[in-house]
Amino acid sequence: MVKKDVLFKLFISTLYLSAFTFGGGYVIVTLMQKKFVAEYHWIDEKEMLDLIAIAQSSPGPIAVNGAIVVGYKLCGILGVIVGVIATIIPPFFIISVVSLFYNAFKDNMYIALVLEGMQAGVGAVITSVVYEMALGLTQEKSIMSILIMIGAFIGNYFLKINVVWIILLCILLGIGYSFYQRRMSL
Amino acid sequence: MYFVRNWLFFLSKEDEPMMYLQLFLSFLQIGALSFGGGYAAMPLIQNQVVDIHHWLTLSEFTDLITISQMTPGPIAVNSATFVGMKIAGVPGAIIATIGCILPSCIIVTLIAYFYMKYRHLQSLQDVLSVLRPAVISLIAVAGLSILTTAFFQDNVISLHQLKIHMLIIFIFCMYLLVKKKTNPIFVMILAGILNMFYGLLTSAIV
Repeated sequence: MVKKDVLFKLFISTLYLSAFTFGGGYVIVTLMQKKFVAEYHWIDEKEMLDLIAIAQSSPGPIAVNGAIVVGYKLCGILGVIVGVIATIIPPFFIISVVSLFYNAFKDNMYIALVLEGMQAGVGAVITSVVYEMALGLTQEKSIMSILIMIGAFIGNYFLKINVVWIILLCILLGIGYSFYQRRMSL
Repeated sequence: MYFVRNWLFFLSKEDEPMMYLQLFLSFLQIGALSFGGGYAAMPLIQNQVVDIHHWLTLSEFTDLITISQMTPGPIAVNSATFVGMKIAGVPGAIIATIGCILPSCIIVTLIAYFYMKYRHLQSLQDVLSVLRPAVISLIAVAGLSILTTAFFQDNVISLHQLKIHMLIIFIFCMYLLVKKKTNPIFVMILAGILNMFYGLLTSAIV
């Protein structure tokens, strides 16, 4: 596909995802996975997981970081600029307007009900993406992967260890694993 | 008319140029130091905006968090827009937002560059093969915390606090997503509308 078309599609889809993504960075990352991996096939599933890891472990908002890695992967620096602008336009305008109408907005029963219901929808989107990704991973039948999945879950959910520490620990484990593989193949 | 006037007031509110620099530097720090996104950034924003610069009172800050939860967009970008707007109008909002995303733009682009360049190296592949399963779990945890808020009244996990209608909406959404491959954004909005009808119906009966 021509680069201009990719840039245009990247802008439109990022703008659209950013405008409708309630519930924080992880939601937009899962929606990007659905859009760019499952729908457009621009990025393969494993690469997307790597890009998500970069977005999560770097400083700054995850949604912005996600747009940067996807934009860079697709169109280089130009993709980064287009992705970032598309990501910040919706919150910028929405917050500008909402801050003027805040009191009416806060007390509106319809808005509150819709927002409450959307949590169930957002949860369903994340669950379905996690289900598909975990299924793909278990098909590789690697015990190590499954153990890491369980370990990271326990660490983050039950022990409340910060995401950054979990990612750093996994990188260290990965370096150890890499040395181990090298020695085995000698 | 009131809002138009208000908007123009925001546009022309220009106290001192130093304000722009302070806004920029404060949000630059927030952008550079907030690891882990969302809620991890909250104490940092509070520290800069409420404690150090007194741009917002604590109750205004709480309002800001409420607005952020009710609207799309990263909390750091939302705060930058909100605070910038309040302190120095539209130019302030733009400057604060740029400050907040600039560190990401530089750091993440650099990491992405090295990733694309070296990802075929076997040792990097080994490291990534350990990282990938962990990333799936981290996303799962984020989903689980959203679902806990969605299903249970006041976030208390017990059978009495379970909102059954939310569970039904969730199951219906899962069916649409997995079996029908429905567009996820459509599913999210549908969930919101279903809950609104449920709320209106129950309040009409009671």
